[in-house]
Amino acid sequence: MEILVCIKRVPDTSENEIEVNRDGTDIERDDLVYSVNEWDNYAVEEAIQLRDKVGGSVTVVTVGDEEGEEVVRREMAMGADQGILLSDEAFEGSDGKGIAAILKAEVEKGKYDLILTGAQADDGAGQVGGMLAAMLDRPFASLVNLIEVVDDKKIKVGREIAGGNQEMNEIDLPCVLSIQTGINEPRYVGIRGIRKVASLEIPIHAAKDLGIAAESIGESAARTKRLDYFVAEPGEGAEILEGSTEEIIDKLIELLKAKGGIK
Amino acid sequence: MAQQIFAYILHKDGAADDTALELITAARALNPDSSITALVAGSGTELDAVCRNIASSFDEVWKIDSDAFAYVNAEVVRPALVRILPKESIVLIPHEHFGMDLAPGLSIKLGAAYLPDVFGFEGIENGKLKAVREEYLGQVSTHVLCDMSKGAVITVRPGSFKAVESRTKEAPVVDKTAEALAGGVPGDARRYLEIVAAEIGDVDITKSDVLVSVGRGIEDQDNLEIVFDLAKAMGADVSCSRPIVDAKWLEKSRQVGTSGQTVKPKVYLALGISGAFQHLGGIKGAPFIIAVNKNPKAPIFQAADVGIVDDILDFIPELTDRINEIKG
Repeated sequence: MEILVCIKRVPDTSENEIEVNRDGTDIERDDLVYSVNEWDNYAVEEAIQLRDKVGGSVTVVTVGDEEGEEVVRREMAMGADQGILLSDEAFEGSDGKGIAAILKAEVEKGKYDLILTGAQADDGAGQVGGMLAAMLDRPFASLVNLIEVVDDKKIKVGREIAGGNQEMNEIDLPCVLSIQTGINEPRYVGIRGIRKVASLEIPIHAAKDLGIAAESIGESAARTKRLDYFVAEPGEGAEILEGSTEEIIDKLIELLKAKGGIK
Repeated sequence: MAQQIFAYILHKDGAADDTALELITAARALNPDSSITALVAGSGTELDAVCRNIASSFDEVWKIDSDAFAYVNAEVVRPALVRILPKESIVLIPHEHFGMDLAPGLSIKLGAAYLPDVFGFEGIENGKLKAVREEYLGQVSTHVLCDMSKGAVITVRPGSFKAVESRTKEAPVVDKTAEALAGGVPGDARRYLEIVAAEIGDVDITKSDVLVSVGRGIEDQDNLEIVFDLAKAMGADVSCSRPIVDAKWLEKSRQVGTSGQTVKPKVYLALGISGAFQHLGGIKGAPFIIAVNKNPKAPIFQAADVGIVDDILDFIPELTDRINEIKG
């Protein structure tokens, strides 16, 4: 099975507190720790496990500047066979549809049976997988938390729906799936693993290599545009308990008793 | 002329989902002068019950009736909608698992803009809609400008708009089945098989009065012991947020959230939980919420009644000791 996994380099929310910069034009990017988007990392692990079961290869691809190479290399250290970086000044400012259009051009250069994305990334949009599927006219399933290969024409997928329930579907290949966290346990990648793939070449494809028309991508094509970043007004937020830990604990216990929180 | 606004209606067992009436409020916030048409796909008597159920709230109801929609599959609904929706429509869809399946691809097929997971509208400037949404799991918000000149597909965060009261006027129900299914039921490349029900764990957190709920801030599986010790001292049950289940540290049946369990405790103690909306969506019945988190900007402090800014790894054992001391 030939599998393509679309990944993104993002500020790591488990390593950073995300703050808005002084004039609200961006988040504060000094000293941010970046990593591969958590959902994408589960998608790559799933692709590797599928390949190890049924054969084939795993390719990871990202759209970004030269720093995107670092997450591609990390996922290659995890076990992906190839990596591709899609990079061009013309890509900058693309919205979700622009990113999907860039990925579509790369998909059409290969012969992929299965294309995986993370269910969402840093912007919480969850859009690229579904858009890519629609552009390619291939079937799509979102929030996938189980994949079973039936034969070389179809697979069975579980989708995470409300209440911890799982919706089972059969879906024809080739298809596009967006992967939910928790589908597997992504393997650890150590420094040694990254060193092993340090010298592997990662090809860079630009707009002209992909044959993408400039008007379909980038800032000018974007139909949605972020105006600013801000932190929501505290409003009716919590009453913050102050004092020494001892004082806080005594206040808290009083409150818990009053509300029936201690039996 | 104002662009026509459509609202996609989720329903189950012949009743419309809570989001149906929320979408009306959202549509009015978007454009108070536009007419609002409900889109309902389903089958037979259940579908008719849903249409009757919502007819008094919308200006018009469009139904698509087919056995193929006895269980709705976004891969089948999407091409059917593309056949009936007028050019440049604005389509509102709840941002949940079905909406996430349907909406991004629908925007491509309609040639419309896509605006996901919106929870506020701040008017239209020069034909462009100004909307509010969040990034980084709710840590920051943004204003987004959306060019709706070629139409827009917008997913709306459930619970973010208040449901409207229904009116007395009955809206006409228009049967769009023939148009939607002209040339047959579209696409069968993805086939629904079954629902696998959630496993029931050793503790049913949906029945608990007091929950001690733990999130990513616990850092390590071994540290869970202090959470169970606290719960024992309080006489509470232990629940958790998504990362704890993803890491396989606790069973799925203990997860609170839209993709986990919906709980209705009297007291909810959130420990090291950042408070993403998917988590908060699983807490109902307005419990007294206490949050402990070392990040003073964590969104959980917006939802909580009382907050404590501290590292839970230090705070929990001290709290447990003090409770045990008092209880003697």
